[in-house]
Amino acid sequence: MSDQNEMTAFDQAVLPHLDAAYNLARWLTRNDEDADDITQEACLRAFKYWKSFSGRDCRSWLLAIVRNTFYSWLRQRSVQPVLTDDGEMDDTADSVPDPESTLIQNVDRNTLRAALEDLAVEFREAIVLREMEGLSYKEIADIAGVPIGTVMSRLARARKRLQIYLAKTASENCL
Amino acid sequence: MTCKEAKNLLNAYVDGELDSAGSLAVETHMRGCASCLGEVENLHGLASAIENGSLRFKAPAHLKRRVQGAIRAANPQARSSVFYWRWASVLASALLIAALTWTVTSRWAESSEEKLLVNDIVSSHVRSMMANHVTDVSSSDSHTVKPWFSGKLDYSPPTKDLTEHGFRLIGGRLDYLDNRPVAALVYQRSQHFINLFVWPSNDTPTGKEEQLARQGYNLIHWTQGGMSYWLVSELNLPELKECARLLKQ
Repeated sequence: MSDQNEMTAFDQAVLPHLDAAYNLARWLTRNDEDADDITQEACLRAFKYWKSFSGRDCRSWLLAIVRNTFYSWLRQRSVQPVLTDDGEMDDTADSVPDPESTLIQNVDRNTLRAALEDLAVEFREAIVLREMEGLSYKEIADIAGVPIGTVMSRLARARKRLQIYLAKTASENCL
Repeated sequence: MTCKEAKNLLNAYVDGELDSAGSLAVETHMRGCASCLGEVENLHGLASAIENGSLRFKAPAHLKRRVQGAIRAANPQARSSVFYWRWASVLASALLIAALTWTVTSRWAESSEEKLLVNDIVSSHVRSMMANHVTDVSSSDSHTVKPWFSGKLDYSPPTKDLTEHGFRLIGGRLDYLDNRPVAALVYQRSQHFINLFVWPSNDTPTGKEEQLARQGYNLIHWTQGGMSYWLVSELNLPELKECARLLKQ
């Protein structure tokens, strides 16, 4: 394949997923400029490995590269992400508010955005991949390089934290 | 199924990740458990709030071009092959199409191609202002800016410092125009920014300067020493002409 054909093939296969790549990068970095840089760097890496890409799910493949690029960028800046342990579901102590009182109704978009940004990065990525990209536990597990059980518990904890954040904001607004 | 067991499966249930036996067991439990039922409702509520909240970020328009530019800059051989194929296809059309038709077609193509290019140049300029991404390398020292481009481009753009004439070089940027990565040099005149796009050109230098105005921006184009130059800015025309004159010296 000539270089030009290769580039065209790459453009056609990868660029349609640029929005998904950017969305993940944007949620991980939480700012526009870094998201631009991470996405560009990830696409460059993707192009470098393009020849060895087996051609299964291009979106998941690109998202995994975005994620790796983000974590190596984070390491370079020597900022350690706040990782929480992935042990058993032991969040029962997190004082889950009454289901009735936390029923999510008409959540303000900005509050929801703030709640998501407040999540630890591995919870945030699980939510973005599941709720915004609609990926299965297996696909998320492959991208994040963790067992499916971990994906399940991360999602459960992430959602619990979101609910608590939203309930807290709602009760603060009522005061 | 105990309530604790069910609670551990509620997320997987809502996400449709349980097999039918598992789903059935959760549903049976929920019939008698208001707490689990409420939690499932909450999970559904949260999922639809995220879905309806349009929280997904869309890649900004300039990013696609930046990515394409970066990929092509990383792989400069590809450019020659584009040229080869273009040349070959032009030759093929020349053989197929009668001379007159061909002349008309190519003239039309040329003018509309230039129109597109001018639009692209103006949008590149506007984007660089809007996205707060004026420079990739920020330096008023031409000896810093020039080497920055080597390795990123298959040519070396002239990087003239015009500070003493009131046009301060503030840096350079990689952009993508005319189907190729190009150098953008950024100058500042009081509060105005000037983008200078430079790339190699096969056009014969006419010595003539083209002046255009688009959407309130002034553009000056010329060809010199095998390079095509495009100056674009919201700066007034006389001052931009002065800048062009200094660059040509």
